[in-house]
Parts: sequence; structure tokens; C-alpha cells
Amino acid sequence: MLVTAVLSGLVLGGTYALLAMGLTLQYGIARIMNLAYGELIIVAAFLSYALFTYAGISPVWALLIALPGGFVLGYAIYGLLMAPLVRRARNAASLEIDSILTTFGLLFVIQGLLLVTFGANFTSYSYLNDAVQIFGTRLAANRLLALVLAVVLGAAIYLVLTRTLWGTALRAVAVAPGSAPLVGIDVERAARMAFALGGALAAAGGVVISMYQTFTATSGVVFTMKALIIVIMGGVGNILGALSAGLLLGLAETMVATYVDPGLTLATTYGLFLAVLLWRPTGLFGRAVR
Amino acid sequence: MSPFLQVSGLTRRFGGLVAVNDLSFSVAKGEIVGLLGPNGSGKTTVLNMISGHLPPSDGQIALADTRLSGLGPHKIARQGVARTFQLVRALPSLSVTENVIVALAFGRKRLWGEAARLEALKRLEQVGLAHRAGQQAGDLTYIDQKRMELARALAADPQLLLLDEWLAGLNPTELQTGIELIRGLKSSGITILMVEHVMEAIRALCGRCVIMNAGIKIADAPTAEALSDPAVVTAYLGEQHA
Amino acid sequence: MTPRFLLEISAFIAVIAALALLPLFASPYGITLMIGMLGYVALAIGWALFSGPTRYVSLATVAFFGIGAYTCAVFSEVLAYPLLLLVAGLIGLGVALVVGLATLRLAGVYFVIFTFGLAELIRQLVTWYEVNITGTLGRYIFLPVTPEGIYWQLLALTAAAFAMSWAISRSRLGLALKVIGEDEVVASHSGIDIARVKLGLFALSAVIMTLVGAIQAPRWTYVEPSIAFNPTVSFLTLIMALLGGANRLMGPILGAVPLFLLFEWLSANFPNHYSIILGLIFITIVFVLPNGVLDFIEKGWARRLPVAKPAEVHK
Repeated sequence: MLVTAVLSGLVLGGTYALLAMGLTLQYGIARIMNLAYGELIIVAAFLSYALFTYAGISPVWALLIALPGGFVLGYAIYGLLMAPLVRRARNAASLEIDSILTTFGLLFVIQGLLLVTFGANFTSYSYLNDAVQIFGTRLAANRLLALVLAVVLGAAIYLVLTRTLWGTALRAVAVAPGSAPLVGIDVERAARMAFALGGALAAAGGVVISMYQTFTATSGVVFTMKALIIVIMGGVGNILGALSAGLLLGLAETMVATYVDPGLTLATTYGLFLAVLLWRPTGLFGRAVR
Repeated sequence: MSPFLQVSGLTRRFGGLVAVNDLSFSVAKGEIVGLLGPNGSGKTTVLNMISGHLPPSDGQIALADTRLSGLGPHKIARQGVARTFQLVRALPSLSVTENVIVALAFGRKRLWGEAARLEALKRLEQVGLAHRAGQQAGDLTYIDQKRMELARALAADPQLLLLDEWLAGLNPTELQTGIELIRGLKSSGITILMVEHVMEAIRALCGRCVIMNAGIKIADAPTAEALSDPAVVTAYLGEQHA
Repeated sequence: MTPRFLLEISAFIAVIAALALLPLFASPYGITLMIGMLGYVALAIGWALFSGPTRYVSLATVAFFGIGAYTCAVFSEVLAYPLLLLVAGLIGLGVALVVGLATLRLAGVYFVIFTFGLAELIRQLVTWYEVNITGTLGRYIFLPVTPEGIYWQLLALTAAAFAMSWAISRSRLGLALKVIGEDEVVASHSGIDIARVKLGLFALSAVIMTLVGAIQAPRWTYVEPSIAFNPTVSFLTLIMALLGGANRLMGPILGAVPLFLLFEWLSANFPNHYSIILGLIFITIVFVLPNGVLDFIEKGWARRLPVAKPAEVHK
């Protein structure tokens, strides 16, 4: 039972880490809290569901649509909605209120569209639902695939950010937005790219989640919250922090669900969040971007 | 004379940087002491720790018999410590009078209503700002905002007043008025610790100076003596002048 | 007492009296509408009481509203009615104090997310409790309260909340709040205990919200967590208070009344597309105001209503 729980926890944690990496890119680099982040996840989940149910297309192929789709959507959201606000903002407080209201608006619009299209029911589909034998226990194949996909995508984004010039520029903006222009980095372009990459990760996360979890048109906000909690726990802008905190949260939730009560997972998330905020407000792994 | 303000072993670290390092000094009741040093030597950090704006990393601060270190700024304010800030902190959308009333309403006097208004006007008169009482604080000139900040500090009825470059940026006439004003405060029994760069004012007001460099105390003596100390001259002018 | 003060007091009493007589003439639908509207006015006043001066954008509104409604449902059979409201208020107060102590050091978007999550957390805990301990999810509320009775109670609560925010704005506490909103460093150095002031205001605002929920609950007859803790309530309250001008006495009312009617009309005419339209309205508002929402609230209102004090912020 313990091995099963740990494996399930890693699957969930891997997905969370993927989601949180996307949000930490958006929030850490563009410095805008995208409250509609979870809605992007759910859009991708429904996309995957629709493709599988109506066209028989496997979620792995859906990823090939979701990744560029999420990228374009993130790019467009920043370019059309956020950039004008950033340009006109005279101080941080003003930008904060404006961006909170705008992304709230976006949250409602996307959620409304999903409700109109797919209704309010719990949705899921059955893909690769056979159990595989692993470490002496049985795990659904879709979960195993989810974990593999999360690891591959996570590793890819990590390598892009740490090994390419382009990724280094993005991280430079996260660390010192004021000084980045001095070394020739276009901060607005970096923010747009971060939003686009974040969108791609959210979409990928959505496809991965849809493979093994039920979801509804309104569950986006819970994902936003969890992703943000992980981001804060890991330290804003810290990719490895997001990864570790995501795994930690996934494990903690699964443990509580297995050994205590499945109804208390959110309380666990929340308890962890509070503990971290009170104990180390800059995150478990500091604020530095590694 | 027994010390009124007693600072011992005061240390403040910011990450790896030690801004104030094992600083000890004392100020007697009714004394005006200058806290001097080159830019970045940690003077403002010391004031910030005395007023409670920053918690010390190590060391003790005591006023009379009360330990200040470890208390929050509002509690230290109620012990009778008031200050001005290096960069003026006016409350721009409040009127000049309201700015002063803040200190009366929440300081040691706990004045409110008409009594507070009259007392605030008295303080504004004291710093020569009575004619601006009804204006928005944000509309005042920088110098007038400094005056208002002093009026606010005085309204708190302080035993210890911390001035952070309050005389900086005044023209010669204003400077003379400012010096007279501070001298007047001394005669009313307020103890003053002032961070200042204007030498004329330091010589005129401070009986004694504590001089810091790179977070460490390098001199603590009567003003003339402290200013001619070789270590001090080196700190200000560099090695070759010593 | 100045003549102006007496005039204002008389006007206030006259308005409340006129509103109190309204159920004698209004249709049942009219009363339903007024109950909804008064509920949001009271919520917006409560929200503005804390969030206006401190600039903490709170989404915890429905957490307290829902606590009120649920307390009413849970104890409706064991407690006498006025006692029910008292218990609800006390529970709201208790939760607010605990939450406030833990979180008022958070700022900015952390606080937004925290308060938002709080509603979700309480909803899940209530659901968990109901499913595991009581064994049912929904509850019926049978209380001998007429719609008129609910209306009058809400009116009394709204009047009290309004009077309270008026009294606070003229008191020492009001000045403390202004100073905190403007510069926390000056506030603490002047002897203001910032944490206590914030906590007190947060608790007061939470009690008002809790009572709105407790008073309105009997209207529903049936409650379950997803009804009582509907996050839209938090969003609507926020937008009403914010657009009306959270730092002005009349602001929450000026925001809540027209927006409530607008939302009511939208949900009646476009039940399926309600949230899409709501979202588009949010976005449009932000983009129509040339210098942003905050600037509009702080300067725009001041220009339009010259009596108001402009709350300009120089950074």
C-alpha cells in the first residue's frame, strides 16, 4: 500500500510540478499573477477529452496540439491584455489591481465558455486504464505515462532555461528585472515569452491531468491555487523549487488521501501553504533562481 | 551621569553584509550627540534599530531602564522615542495639521479632537509652519515637509529624538533657524541623537560625536577631539591625507 | 453639533425609515430583489471597511457569508432565532481572528490567493464534515421568518454597518487606518499598533459578512456547501466596493446598487452566458478607464464629487 501511495503521489506531484513551473515562469518573469492560469489547464483537459472521445485521438497526440496551442494562447493573452496594462501602469499597486481584475475577467469568460460547451458535469475518459506491474505493485498505465510525460516535459523546459542563451535571458529577468535591459534584454519580449511558455506548460499539464483525473469546467481555480501555492513554497521564479515543492505536495496529498481521508486533501495543501508562509515567507528554497 | 540611551554590542547583518558591527555607545539625559561617518557606514541602520524599524541581529538597546531591542516600532514610540527620516515621510493626502495630529493621537499624549488640533498648531508654530496648517502635506515644498516631520516628531512628546540628516539641504538662513530650533529643544530637556553631515551644525550643536566607518565605531569623544582623530580623518579623506 | 451634522443624521434616518416602509407597498418580487440588493450593499460596506483603507484585496467574503448561512442551517432547530444570529456572528468572529492572526502579514497577491483559498477550504471542510459526520450533504432550513422580516433585519444590519463605517471614519481608528494606508512606517513610528488595527477591522468586516449570510439563509430553505460558498459572491462584492470607491463612505452603496441590478438583469436574461458577460465586463472596465482602476477610484471620484478628499498617493 505504501509503494502504491508513493507512486501515485509521484504521479500527482509530477503533474503539479509541471503546472507550477508554468506559473512560476509567468509570475516570476512577467510579474503578473495570472488568475486564469487554471482555466488554461482545464481548456486543454477538455480538448484532450474531446479529441479522444469524439475522434479517437490519443492524448499523446493531443499534446502536440496542446503545447503549441497553449504557447499561442499565452502569447496572445500577454500581448493583447497584459502588455497594454503594463505599459500604462504608473505604479505596482495600480498594475496589481488592473491585472487581478483582468485575469479574473478572463477566468470568468473561459469558464463560461466551457460551461456552455461542455456543461457542468464531472468529465473523464478511459485511456490506457490497464494496470501495469511495477515495484511489486499495480499502477494504471495512464498514470505511469503521465509521470513519464511530466518528467520529459519538465526536464526539457529545465534544460532550455539553463542551457540556452534564451533561457538564461529569461532567468535574468526573473532575478533582476531592473538590470536586465542594461545587458540588452528586451524585458517585454521576455515577459511575453514567459507567458507563452507558461501557457504551453499549463496546456501540457491539462492534457496529462485529463488522462487520470476527473475534472469539471469549474475546477480551474483549484489548480491555479495549488500551482500558486507550489510556486510560493518553491520560491517565486525558482524552477527547481517548483519541481521539489510540486512533488512534495503531490506526495503529501496522496498520503493524506490514502491514510487519512480523501476529503481532506485540500486542507493538507492549505496547511502546508500556511506553514511555509509563516515559517519561511520566501519559500522553502529561497528566492534565488537556479 | 548615568546613561539614558545605552547601546551595547549592536550588530545588524543583511545576508553576508555586516552593516553595523558590535557597536556600543551611550547618550546621557539632555545631551545632543552626533552620529557621524562616511556614506554607507551604517548610521541610518543604527537609527532604524533604535526606532524599531529594523530588528537588531545582535546586541542590546536600552532607554533609561527599559529595554528597547526586541520591541516593535509602535511600542518604542510609546516609550518616548521619535524620529525624522532621511527621505521625508509625509502623509501626502492628509493635511499638515492631520500629519501632526497622528503623533498626538497615538503617541504618549493620546490627544484627540479639539485639544489635539490646538496642540498640533502649537507644534507647527514651533517649527514655523503654522501658516501652512490647512494645506495638503503633499503640496508642501521639500523643506516644509521636513519641518512638518519635525513637528510630528515633537508632537509625540519624545524623551529621545532621532534626527536623520534633518538639516541637510537647507540654505544658510534656514540652517541658522534650524540650529536655533534644535538648540531650543535641548533646553526643554529632550535628548537628541542626530545623524548629520553639515559640519557647521555639528560643531554648533553636538557636545560629543560617535563616528562610524564600515559599521564599526572609530571614535567617541567631544566633537572637536573626535573630528581631529587620525582614524576619522582617514575614514573621510582616505589613507594619503592621514 | 453643527447644523450640517444634524441635517446628515436626519437625512440618514429619513432614508432608513422610508426603506423600512417599503415592504408595505412592494410586490413579493420587489422584496426579493431588495433583499438581494441590501445583502450586497452590506457585504460591500463590510468589505470596504477593511479592504478600502488597508488595500488588502480580500476574496474571503463568501467564506464568512457561507459560515453565517451554514451556522443558521445547522443550529436552526436547536437555537432560538435571535440567538442563532449571535452564535453565527461569534463563529464568524472566531474564524476571522484565527485567520487574521495567521495571514495579515501577507501582502499583495499572496493575500488575494489566500483569502480565495480560504473560502474553498472552508467549503471542503464543511462538505467533509457533513458527509462523514452527519451523513448528509444538504440541509433544510425551516424558520418562521417572513421575507419582510429578513428585509428589515438586513436593513437594520446595513444601517448599522453604514453608521459604523461613518463613526470609524471620524474616530481615532479612522485616522490610524488612513495613516496605515498611506505609509505603514510612519504609522508604526507614530505609535500605531498596525497588526491590532488590521486584525480588529478584519474581524469587524467579517462579522458583518457572516451576519448577512445568517440573515439571508432562511430565504433559500435548502443549503448545501456549493450554494453557501459560491465564490461569485466574493467577486461581485469586490467589484462593487472597488468601483463604487472603497475609501468613500457612500462608495460601496454607489457601487452595489447599480451593479446588483445589472447582474440581476444579466442573470435573468442570459442565464447561460452570465459568467462570460460578467468576465467581459470586468475586462472592459479595466480597459475603458485610461489610467487604471486604482487611479479612477482615487482621482476620478474626487473630481466628480468635489466634497471628497482626493486620496492621492505619491510614491
